[in-house]
Amino acid sequence: MKKILSLLLALILILGLTACAEADAAEGDKITLNVYNWGQYISDGSDGYLDVIAAFEEKYPNIHVNYSTYDSNEVMYTKIAGGGITVDVIIPSDYMIARMIDENMLLELNFDNIPNYAYIDENFRNQTYDPENKYSIPYTWGTVGIIYNAQYVDEADVTGWELLWNEKYADKILMFDNSRDAFGIAQYMLGYDVNTTDPAQLQACADLLAEQKPLVQQYVMDQIYDLMENEEAWIAPYYSGDYLLMADENENLEFYLPQEQGFNLFIDAMCIPTCCREKEAAELFVNFLCDPEIAGQNMDWIGYGTPLSAAKEYMDPEMASDPVAYPEDSVLAHGTSFDYLPASVSRYVESLFLKVRLS
Amino acid sequence: MKRNKTVLLSVPYIVWMVVFTLIPLGVVAYYAFTDPDTGAFTWSNIRELGTFLPVFGESVLYSVVSALICLLLGYPVAYYIAHRSPMVQKLLYMLVMLPMCMSFLLRTLAWVGLLQDTGIINNTLDAIGIGRLKLIRTPGAVILGMVYNYLPYMILPLYAILVKIDSRLIEAAEDLGCTPAQTFLKVTMPLSTPGIVSGMTMVFVPAVSTFYISQKLGSPDTMLIGDVIERMYKQGNNANLGAALSLLLMILVFVCTGIMNKLTGSDGEDVVVV
Amino acid sequence: MKKVNRILTVFIFIFLYIPMAVLIVGSFNEGKSLSRFDGFTFQQYAELFRDRDLLKLLGNSLLIAVLSSLIATVFGTLAALGIQSLGPKMRRTVMRLTDIPMTNPEIVTGISLSLLFVFIGTKMLGQQDCLTFWTLLIAHITFNLPYVILNVMPKLSQLDHSLTDAAMDLGCTPRQAFFKVTLHEIMPGIAAGLIMAFTMSLDDFVISYFVSGLDFVTLPVEIYSYTKKPIPPKIYAMFTLLFLLILVLMVTMNLLQLRADRKKTQQLMEKG
Repeated sequence: MKKILSLLLALILILGLTACAEADAAEGDKITLNVYNWGQYISDGSDGYLDVIAAFEEKYPNIHVNYSTYDSNEVMYTKIAGGGITVDVIIPSDYMIARMIDENMLLELNFDNIPNYAYIDENFRNQTYDPENKYSIPYTWGTVGIIYNAQYVDEADVTGWELLWNEKYADKILMFDNSRDAFGIAQYMLGYDVNTTDPAQLQACADLLAEQKPLVQQYVMDQIYDLMENEEAWIAPYYSGDYLLMADENENLEFYLPQEQGFNLFIDAMCIPTCCREKEAAELFVNFLCDPEIAGQNMDWIGYGTPLSAAKEYMDPEMASDPVAYPEDSVLAHGTSFDYLPASVSRYVESLFLKVRLS
Repeated sequence: MKRNKTVLLSVPYIVWMVVFTLIPLGVVAYYAFTDPDTGAFTWSNIRELGTFLPVFGESVLYSVVSALICLLLGYPVAYYIAHRSPMVQKLLYMLVMLPMCMSFLLRTLAWVGLLQDTGIINNTLDAIGIGRLKLIRTPGAVILGMVYNYLPYMILPLYAILVKIDSRLIEAAEDLGCTPAQTFLKVTMPLSTPGIVSGMTMVFVPAVSTFYISQKLGSPDTMLIGDVIERMYKQGNNANLGAALSLLLMILVFVCTGIMNKLTGSDGEDVVVV
Repeated sequence: MKKVNRILTVFIFIFLYIPMAVLIVGSFNEGKSLSRFDGFTFQQYAELFRDRDLLKLLGNSLLIAVLSSLIATVFGTLAALGIQSLGPKMRRTVMRLTDIPMTNPEIVTGISLSLLFVFIGTKMLGQQDCLTFWTLLIAHITFNLPYVILNVMPKLSQLDHSLTDAAMDLGCTPRQAFFKVTLHEIMPGIAAGLIMAFTMSLDDFVISYFVSGLDFVTLPVEIYSYTKKPIPPKIYAMFTLLFLLILVLMVTMNLLQLRADRKKTQQLMEKG
């Protein structure tokens, strides 16, 4: 027994020591930069594309990037509002940025450290969510539309958001698992303002979503990739850039924007939250992502629109003119953006959505 | 070592457990009774619990059914293992233990790969001409996931107790004219009650609070209490309502295990350690 | 009846191992899906060893598991000695306390600890990042302690006090008597507690998921976030390697124990 135990102890100690050594080797006396971003939202070096984080660490050898991901604005917000953590860079969407500014959760940026801001196109500056452009620097922009599998879905049924309520495709429909995007679709269906705070209208949206629930296969965020690529599901509303990633894997997938009813047009921008520890390094990182060459190669992989016209030079020309990533201006005119909702309304919407999920 | 001095050794432990188990539960209670925006005292979180009672009911139903199935499947297996030669016992015990050491997230994900509409089983059925069946996103799939994940927690304590039962008792019963069925019902089963109780508890508690199995294998209709709590904490930004739900879940578990202990006449003292 | 038992047991073992077989096969798959085998490759293993982050996460998990199980074992064994010499009423109360983390659902334990840490850290100490390596370690020690206590206590109560008395009669100091007799007798319980604590800690997802911040996460927590994205098949390669490692560990331990047992019986026979 003694022998076994000493052997076991020795083994455990060896494992522990190697683990320590490994951790030390990785850390050294580097600055650790905590970047918290959406999943599948930075070029990661797969399929021969640029590994953005590795390139950054190579350029700034004294910074180690600790990269974590979230799958919706609400998850990110909850994590940061919950407290107890340090995050240096986040990339929320427009309405969430407005909310975080309002709740004093973002730091003002020092633009001296971000000279590449000069490359940001004029029409992406001073947006309504950050009118004086003090807190955020646009990372990407995109649209929310319907992704469907043309092999199973009849082209004639693809008329608008009601496709997501079509009983013909029961159990093959996926739906957003975050309240804002899900309610947005209901609001476009019902012709309401997407930024309504009217409880009666919100209740009507919840009712519409509850009606849809029996047809929904799953409420998902990034699990959508596997489900759509493997044809487990056929119809899903999702973000334009992610569609392009999926279409690389399955050529039957098509993207549709319901122009008449309206659709969400969003900007995701880089921000530094108040729980930041390494502000200067964070600004270096933000600046690095605004470098046209880096941004161009990054966009090639993630498939969203870039707010830097200068980056298009470095992009694959096919991607730089892709109609899904860069729709015509006449199409974009039908898009609306989500604005900030007061915290109490956000919580009300969240509770309505939970009721839908529990109904 | 003097006895009175040895007693002191328990003090740091008691302090640790009070600080890291009792006080945290107090903090949960504190959150359950405060308002998320103002931080003032409120009953509103508790009042809202009523809406979630059906979810609690569903969770209990799923986990009790799973625990019973685990018992039905686990007992014969534990019995079989307990009656092998020591060498085989060790091997089989190890084989039951092994899955418990592997990531349950990935193992559950493997079930998704097996059961989904375009999964391994359905592809096979389709290839041999039977056609695809509705397997995943059914209540059955959730129960299967629970049984699969927690079955070892049933087998191990049952085995631990069955292997200790004195075989002479069984022989005596047989000598006295008991049929094998009678021997089982009158001797083996009562003697293994502590194992049954701790096995049931060890399956029930994680099953009633799970949030991954139902997400992966259930339909949108099977949202269990664990899912709701996880949602409150991770994306609903409502730790206060989440705390109220956690509190209720905890009370529910204590009541359920209490009832089980009462029914079986065990006082919860002789928990079998695997 | 026996035949039924045997068939059922075989069936259950197949049931337990099929999903793992699916993952292992998946690790050699050229494609990304678990459902479709596109061709055989070692590619995923190469990918795995190129991925420094994943290996580091495994290192994190091992570090937490090793430290928390060792600390819990030492701490828990000492505590068990103390509890053993408490009065019966007090002992009952302490054992009730020990039962709390065992019977409480993990999700409640995780949430309560994370609320406590954030509460103390941000509201009382005014510190922003309090969910770190240390808080995760505290959480793991806390849920490991009961396993150690519950394994050591029965051995302590079985302990024959005349043995320690005899040792002291033969000139041992109480300290020597403890190390030479008591510790030796309860060693199997300590070992079982250590092993259980180690595996529980290594495989813990729920508690770590709620307690960890972004700075220091363990492998299971990261695997959860992987299962919400398109899963890179290198994870299956990692699963396969861990499976083999644990299998080898378990088999060696069993073999060693078997040999030790044999030696013991041999010695007994020779003496007899």
